[in-house]
Amino acid sequence: MIAFLLKRATNAAFVMLAVALLAFVIFRFFGDPVEMMVNEQATQADRAELRERLGLNDGLITQYGRFVTHAVQGDFGISYRNQQDVMVLIKERFPATFELVLVATVISLVVGIPLGVITAVYRNSRLANALQLGSIVGVSLPSFVVGILLILGFSVTLGWLPGFGRGETVDIGWWSTGFLTPSGRAALILPSISLSTFQVTLVMRLVRAEMLETLRADYIKFARARGVPTARVQWRHALRNCLMPVITLTGMQIGNLIAFALVTETVFQWPGMGMLFIQAVTFVDIPVMAAYLMIVSFIFVALNTLVDITYAWVDPRLRDDTARTGGGNG
Amino acid sequence: MAEPETKMEKLAPPPQTVTHAPALPARFRRLAQLRDSDLWFSFRTHPSAVFAAALLALVALTAFLAPLITPQNPYDLASLELWNSEIPPIWNAEGQWPYLLGTDTQGRDILSAILYGSRISLIIGFASVLLALSVGLALGLVAGYFGGWIDNVIMRLGDVLLSMPFILIAILITAIAAASLPAGLKDVLAAPILIFAIAVPSWVQYARTVRASAMVEARKEYVQAARLIRVKAWRIMLHHILPNCMTPIMVAATLNFGLAILSEATLSFLGVGMPPDQPSLGTLIRIGNQYLFSGLWWIVVFPSIQLCLIVLSVNMIGDWLRDALNPKLR
Repeated sequence: MIAFLLKRATNAAFVMLAVALLAFVIFRFFGDPVEMMVNEQATQADRAELRERLGLNDGLITQYGRFVTHAVQGDFGISYRNQQDVMVLIKERFPATFELVLVATVISLVVGIPLGVITAVYRNSRLANALQLGSIVGVSLPSFVVGILLILGFSVTLGWLPGFGRGETVDIGWWSTGFLTPSGRAALILPSISLSTFQVTLVMRLVRAEMLETLRADYIKFARARGVPTARVQWRHALRNCLMPVITLTGMQIGNLIAFALVTETVFQWPGMGMLFIQAVTFVDIPVMAAYLMIVSFIFVALNTLVDITYAWVDPRLRDDTARTGGGNG
Repeated sequence: MAEPETKMEKLAPPPQTVTHAPALPARFRRLAQLRDSDLWFSFRTHPSAVFAAALLALVALTAFLAPLITPQNPYDLASLELWNSEIPPIWNAEGQWPYLLGTDTQGRDILSAILYGSRISLIIGFASVLLALSVGLALGLVAGYFGGWIDNVIMRLGDVLLSMPFILIAILITAIAAASLPAGLKDVLAAPILIFAIAVPSWVQYARTVRASAMVEARKEYVQAARLIRVKAWRIMLHHILPNCMTPIMVAATLNFGLAILSEATLSFLGVGMPPDQPSLGTLIRIGNQYLFSGLWWIVVFPSIQLCLIVLSVNMIGDWLRDALNPKLR
């Protein structure tokens, strides 16, 4: 087990080093950092001095090493656009994105699991077929279109819910939360629904497939024969055995949700990390782009590794690497 | 199932086929083969697949015939009249012929813009799938057939790409391209950049699928035999191994076509895709989104509907194809 842990950890570390290399290349070679930082009047001497101070004259490997060391310490440099520490900017925006992703994940489970069970249990009924069709529609709807239509319906036409911004927030330490005010909670509703549409259908399809398999198992027939009420068999005995893959999927999808939140955040003018990133892209603010790339990839890789390790812990057969079929990512 | 007689017929081709064959040109024989195939039967008996295919055909036809059937060329600034701006759809009291779906704030006919936009979206989606497919198949075959260090390099590269969310890679590529190209060239190259940006994160899936089958096939006797008689490696890969792993690839390619159109729309919506003077559906939605709160709903709603219809029909075909080609579900 320890060997497996070490192996997975080194693997993850190598992937992160590769991502860091990519971020470093972007940072170093697309747009000259010196030109981005100095103003027009700077003399040649000023520029040379800044170049020296930033260490841009050192060997590339030294520079890469320094980039990684700084990144590990959470130092991603200074934003070109607003001359602030990148980490401070991201720290300010992180709570907004985190709360959005959290609510979207909860919605996807609370809505997706029951729908999946229903489509499996009442297979081929009219309701199940309608839900199945609905799930294809859900996968096909671009999340920004869902967002726009929700705004059009519930904010512009009906005027029930706010269509942009985060509402009032309360600061707890450095964390600003929207959960504690009525306007903050109201502002969360539409963006989280829009972000979770895809996820709901994903969970629903997975639960349906797993349930169809489980319902055929002997212990289900046995429970029925023993006189356990049908609903109890379906919702407790069968469903429980379907939850492990759902937890895996949810864990692995959180990274994707954080990335996809940038679309939702753009639609709803949600002041999160994604908005920061999109603004950075528009203004070619490369340190912010590099930092965002590294942080999102880190969350992504960390969650994947965690899921793998949990699996190996639960099921010892998976510890042997040769037995693994690979894939399963994406 | 089959009677012995028909089995015999299948084993030894009956003389009629031989006498019939010259009467039919080769093309038609292929068509007849298709007509009698299981796949065609499955297609005919799935109303949702037929509906989706018809819808997609209609969209593609109208998109490619756009210059002939639209009342206006939305790219031609001379044909735009400002006094024709903000006309609502035709069924509204203020609607005007020939602007069936109304006009935007610059007097551009929405329907014409949608048809021209669909053309761009379809072309970019198709081209990016084609690019990802050819790169993915080539790398996957090489990795699976030769194994060793080359396999390691290719698959690790894939791992790194999969450790970053799809949309993030695509945004980064378009952002970097936009930042490093001169302003004039940027808009001209917008479509190729998008095709490349969407293809880069998506080739991995094909490569993994093909590699897995290639590894299995490469050990089989027919490949060993081919090697013994000194058939060239590329020939074995292309003519012997590749045809044996096409089924999962076809399903993946279809579903990825929908995903590619979605990704293009998302990138354009975020402002890193097609520029406003050659708008794809995503760009149109981005433009319309600015007027969301001013009551001009038709500018954003109709392009959104078109986008959803395209992706939905592609996904429905993909779903059907997956079930139809899955031997377990036969």
